[in-house]
Amino acid sequence: MYDMKALYEAESVQDAVRLLEEHPEAQIIAGGSDVLVQMREGKRAGVELVSIYGLDELRGVKLEEDGTLRIGSLTSFSHITKDPLIQKYINVLGEAVDMVGGPQIRNIGTIGGNTCNGVTSADSASTLHAWDAVIELTGPQGVRLTPIKDFYIKAGKVDLRPAEIQTGILIRKESYEGYAGHYIKYAMRNAMDIATLGCSVNVKLSADKKVFEDVRIAYGVAGPVPMRAVHAEEAGRGLEVTDGNIEKIGDTVLEDVTPRDSWRASKAFREHISKVLCKRALREAVLRAGGAV
Amino acid sequence: MKEKNGVIGKSVKRVDAFEKVTGRAKYTDDLCDRNAYVAKVLHSTIAHGYVKSIDTAEAEKIPGVVRIVTCFDVPKNYFPTAGHPWSTEPAHQDVADRLLLTDHVRYYGDDVAAVVAENEVAAAQAVRALKVEYEELPFVLDVHKAMEDGAPQLHEKYPNNILAHTSIRNGDYENAIKEPGLKKVEGWYQTPTVQHCHIENPVCYAYMEQGRVVVVSSTQIPHICRRVVGQALGIPWGQVRIIKPYIGGGFGNKQDVLYEPLCAYLSTVVGGRTVKLEIPREETFSSTRVRHAIHFHIVSYVREDGTYAARKFESFSDQGAYASHGHSIAAKGMGCFPQLYPCPNIEADTYTVFTNKAASGAMRGYGIPQAMFAMESHTDDVARALGVSPYEFRMKNVMPKGFTDGFSKNVNYYDTFRECMEKGRKEFGYDKRLEKYAHQTGEIRRGVGMAVFWYNTGVWPISLETSACRMVLNQDGSIQVQVGETEIGQGADTAFAQMAADTVGIPFEMVHVVSTQDTDITPFGTGAYASRQTYMAGFSIRQTGELLKAKIIETACELTRQMKENLDVVDGNIVRTTDGDILMSLGELATEKLYSLTNNGHLTAESSYQIKNNAYSFGCTFVEVEVDIPGCRAQVTDILNVHDCGQLINPALAEAQVHGGMSMGIGYALSEKLLYDERTGRPLNNNLLDYKLSTFMDHPDLQASFIENYEPTSAYGTKALGEPPTCSPAPAIRNAILQATGVALNEIPMRPHLLFDEFKKAELI
Amino acid sequence: MEEKKNPVMKHAVMTDPGSGKQYKLVRCRINGVERETMVDVRASLTDMLRNDYSLSSVKKGCEVGECGACNVIIDGECYNSCIYLAVWADGKDIRTLEGLMGPNGELSDIQQAFIDEAAVQCGFCTPGVIMSAVEILESGKEYTRDELRKLLSGHLCRCTGYENILNAVEKTMKKRLSEKEAAAGQTAE
Repeated sequence: MYDMKALYEAESVQDAVRLLEEHPEAQIIAGGSDVLVQMREGKRAGVELVSIYGLDELRGVKLEEDGTLRIGSLTSFSHITKDPLIQKYINVLGEAVDMVGGPQIRNIGTIGGNTCNGVTSADSASTLHAWDAVIELTGPQGVRLTPIKDFYIKAGKVDLRPAEIQTGILIRKESYEGYAGHYIKYAMRNAMDIATLGCSVNVKLSADKKVFEDVRIAYGVAGPVPMRAVHAEEAGRGLEVTDGNIEKIGDTVLEDVTPRDSWRASKAFREHISKVLCKRALREAVLRAGGAV
Repeated sequence: MKEKNGVIGKSVKRVDAFEKVTGRAKYTDDLCDRNAYVAKVLHSTIAHGYVKSIDTAEAEKIPGVVRIVTCFDVPKNYFPTAGHPWSTEPAHQDVADRLLLTDHVRYYGDDVAAVVAENEVAAAQAVRALKVEYEELPFVLDVHKAMEDGAPQLHEKYPNNILAHTSIRNGDYENAIKEPGLKKVEGWYQTPTVQHCHIENPVCYAYMEQGRVVVVSSTQIPHICRRVVGQALGIPWGQVRIIKPYIGGGFGNKQDVLYEPLCAYLSTVVGGRTVKLEIPREETFSSTRVRHAIHFHIVSYVREDGTYAARKFESFSDQGAYASHGHSIAAKGMGCFPQLYPCPNIEADTYTVFTNKAASGAMRGYGIPQAMFAMESHTDDVARALGVSPYEFRMKNVMPKGFTDGFSKNVNYYDTFRECMEKGRKEFGYDKRLEKYAHQTGEIRRGVGMAVFWYNTGVWPISLETSACRMVLNQDGSIQVQVGETEIGQGADTAFAQMAADTVGIPFEMVHVVSTQDTDITPFGTGAYASRQTYMAGFSIRQTGELLKAKIIETACELTRQMKENLDVVDGNIVRTTDGDILMSLGELATEKLYSLTNNGHLTAESSYQIKNNAYSFGCTFVEVEVDIPGCRAQVTDILNVHDCGQLINPALAEAQVHGGMSMGIGYALSEKLLYDERTGRPLNNNLLDYKLSTFMDHPDLQASFIENYEPTSAYGTKALGEPPTCSPAPAIRNAILQATGVALNEIPMRPHLLFDEFKKAELI
Repeated sequence: MEEKKNPVMKHAVMTDPGSGKQYKLVRCRINGVERETMVDVRASLTDMLRNDYSLSSVKKGCEVGECGACNVIIDGECYNSCIYLAVWADGKDIRTLEGLMGPNGELSDIQQAFIDEAAVQCGFCTPGVIMSAVEILESGKEYTRDELRKLLSGHLCRCTGYENILNAVEKTMKKRLSEKEAAAGQTAE
């Protein structure tokens, strides 16, 4: 039995917005795998909840006319992994969310919840950064879009304005077309764990597969929020695809990552693993892009 | 007792399997009245100090709150909690240092108040609403610092926080090390605080009936629990009744009396109404029991020919805040040091030291997983220093056949160690792997390692060993069997049924083991610990079975007019042995006897047996690891345990138990550690997400193999198996990492944090 | 399995004006039978199944979705019922271990396999694991042992080292697949 003050079940997105306007203190609950755990801990005990779990309109993946992939915010991790559009265009996202917790968590956990909780270790977040995802938010003033990098404000805080809910995550055609990627989750166990560090890269190679036309490198837990390694990306663009260059790009990530010391892992350890993961992910991404190292 | 056509040695299905695969097996919470009051405990948020006051005003206003009890309200009956048999000699009694609730807080998570409410939400709200004012004292988390003069003192009676210090002196160490040409090998080895992680948390509920207090609890030790509840409440022990239904694992944590006394007390203050106390997972980690973290120091002086001249051993065992099982764990670990690799000159000391952390108690292996990590890591260090094969070095030095321990009178009746090692070496393909991985380079490397373990069975002669059994014959020739020894998942009830079937002479299906222990009706027995049950209960089952059988034969004489020497009970029938004729079924006999108008009677037997034996139980682990050097990660790729636990009563269940122990051993080696915040003493990872016990994906298939040397002292040829499988995986894995990388890790868990530091030091990364 | 639109009428949350407590009529199918009860909105699905329907196979091991002991199947997929609000169950099809047994008390193949393979020890994780096994087996797919490890990895077990559980699931999977193949072969003839 959870210590909640009240529960309001939204019947539509508009209804959810209305309920949030009526109950400004209320916490949104999607799948609940974070919110309910926090309530039990006492952190959010006694709160009002607006449940959007029943909004089936926010489930599923669609390909829009302009080639944009649209992922409904309530789509569960397991459904993202199994989705044919995801598998065809951005399979690495399906692979990344297939590393969240265990199977039951992947059935209840939603990609919207995973991004709205503002947690740096979220397995979806680094990959969404690597794909230049756009967040769709619906509120009293209607719909607005924001790039994922701007959506994250600080640890645990995202750009979710009063009475707004996240309704979708968009990946533009230019963000995925011609790219191949790879995500590595570094955790202490092979299941039921949160990332000590997550690294998601994708690359676009030249027609002859010899040159990095573009490199995108994103991290979770390398800083307070998920982030892109902009210096390393810059260093990589235009380089020939060689083992030495991959080493070089990987070493450059130290200019970008800002992990901290915590009981979970030291800064030095996370920095070391940042390099190792970047290099390994790049090598795999190159292979997936049809290149060779 | 070797049964020719019996069920002993056969992999019959568990007697409780049907109930457990259908969800019908009732565990404590499944039995509790849904309208029971719910209790919750307020735990301290400081590591050391005094509770000055507790303001209950806000909490009392919360609707549904029934009663709030603080540390200032409870009776001052100090009681011990260890699941040891009681001793009538005061000097041998466990340390009585607990109160139901305490104003002297000794660790972060100590019990300072409790709330009884109509529902769990009200109870949780009330606990949060209690305002505690503390007077804080300095605290200490490290055993060595705790022993220093001027360190914060946890208990008045124990200067320098030393609960106990014991020693062994054999020969003349100081003189022996002067022998010329000796090589000195020295190491410090550290094991972590870990937790049992039984999937069912500790849970109990209590109510009063006819003026007595009844506690239904997930405990391994109902009869011991009865005594401790009596001591804690200051009431005669007969006023307490403990009922133990199916339990969801224990591994030693439930071999301590945890919250049963508090729950019983809370029922008494609400008019004997039912009060349920479920310990949430976080509190199971922070405030029940943990495994002792032990720091070891071993020095060996070894000759060029590979023999030991002199050895020194020191260990410092982290007791945490309360005595619980106390020094027994460290002492057991030290006790095997002179035995495992006998050496004439030994100096050994072990200290058990209080610190401001959760109390350490019993956990699967009881000091031996810690000791084996140190001793068997050290064995490889010595072999490496000598440049000899670790396998051959062990073969040369490990306890020989015929070795007798003067204290326990244990005899190594077979050359068990060498037989297990030889079997493991062949089955694992050890030599081939050793050669294959001898000279590796590159980022990903493999290695092979091994370790042996020492274990024994039960607690004699340190403590009481007794077992009692009751058998009752039914009209159809089936029997009920009751013992005080508990089924906690290991399969004890099934093994007991197999023993009873063979001794009485009836089919396995006709034995009904009463799984629930109820101290009002179950014969006295001390419970599940020390890997004692198949061995110890075996004596009383054999004795009681023979008694019942004698009564059956006596009745058969009356009914068949045959002489008793010519009669036997075979497969549920009365058989004339001279010609093999079946004279009547046991069912016919039982029915006739029960309803006879001339000479009726109910055939039952009950007896208790005092055991004055112990038995060695040895074995080893062979393991292969893969080490990702830049990734700072080691993973087990293949692992085999070989055990000699005597006659296997049920090979399939024995194998299953070995798997579980190995899995726990792998977690101990590679990932598990309960962490405490240095600044506050707060546990950091007291949940199943942050505490890394192995999942389905964290180790490979587990192989178990057995040598079945019939244990001559045993009622059924069997001996310890419950705990032994956990004892040797960690050092074997450590030794495999050493072979793979050349890096000797002297600390577990060998998690990435440690590998990063050590690989850096070794300049591998 | 695609999420389907709720076929039954959705019920609204009702607030008791006196206490301010909220309730909802939750109508769902549990182990094949239509059931309904008024549920306190604060209840988890574990609470509802254990307390209102006495389905005590649904165990509580951590109550935060980390151990898998409370796992049940909802509309064909496994969920930890401890972190699933009971009110969300309205209109859903829920299956627990109690529902596996046949009408005459016959065990399902996976239950029998857990017995035969000695995959049960303390039994506390068993109901949850078996329900995950049911979802795996009903997919009709063949998985490698490593894939099975991953599919079962939402369950913690401290007794078995997972070994015999894997054996039970793997053997049942192979048996079902070969039976399916044999049946298909017969049809082809």
